[in-house]
Amino acid sequence: MVSRSLPFVPTYQLDALGALGDPTRRAIFELLAARPRAVGELAKELPVSRPAVSQHLKVLKEVALVTDSAEGTRRLYRVDPRGVHALRDYLDQLWDSALTAFAAAVEREEEK
Amino acid sequence: MTTGMETVAVNKSITVNAGRERAFAVFTENFFTWWPKSHHIGKADMADAVIEPKVGGRWYERGADGVECEWGVVLAYDPPARVVLSWHLQGDWGYDPDPARASEVEVQFIKETDDRTRVVLTHRHIERHTMPEKVAAGVDSPDGWGGILADYAEAVA
Repeated sequence: MVSRSLPFVPTYQLDALGALGDPTRRAIFELLAARPRAVGELAKELPVSRPAVSQHLKVLKEVALVTDSAEGTRRLYRVDPRGVHALRDYLDQLWDSALTAFAAAVEREEEK
Repeated sequence: MTTGMETVAVNKSITVNAGRERAFAVFTENFFTWWPKSHHIGKADMADAVIEPKVGGRWYERGADGVECEWGVVLAYDPPARVVLSWHLQGDWGYDPDPARASEVEVQFIKETDDRTRVVLTHRHIERHTMPEKVAAGVDSPDGWGGILADYAEAVA
């Protein structure tokens, strides 16, 4: 069994960045970063159909970049902060183990 | 209380049994000796990892296959007080030179006694890693992406 090195970030982050590789999805994400919008608003501002926007939103939701909620009769989409928070949690753990190892290395140095 | 784009950060503190000079040297010069070996980006096992001891220096790893992979750039190097590194590792673990999509690691070495040092680490601007490419170009427009980024920062707070 060959051991594989762990990637720096969990898979969702790869997915999230991959999802933004598509220019239309990136444009949608940028519009939602400005303010929450409904599908219809997004379709009006972009040269793509409403069903196409819905499809892109579905992908962005799957990778936790975008979230939605019902506001009255319409559904509003917004940037999902959980994606970036998950990355933070990951880095939090990474630095915990790295600094513990660092402190141990300092002790070893002192013993020399 | 944080403001603006510093809303997504990791803050760590650890006290080590060594003076500031020793603690700083182990962190920077001996980086490879303590960094968890499982955490690297090259295809091959990591053979070395280096923080070059100067502002503008490279922060990189070298694999057993000789291939070097960038991690970031040394933004501040003030022994034995602090070192600041940019973290340019993106989601696909390629090196993205754009500072608008890099986070930042600041490490401060604070003297407690002659042989005890508090090491305070802040990994900030983590939200930049999920920023789309276009953001970099428009950040200085007050009505444009600057405001949008501020909103985004607020949203993730």
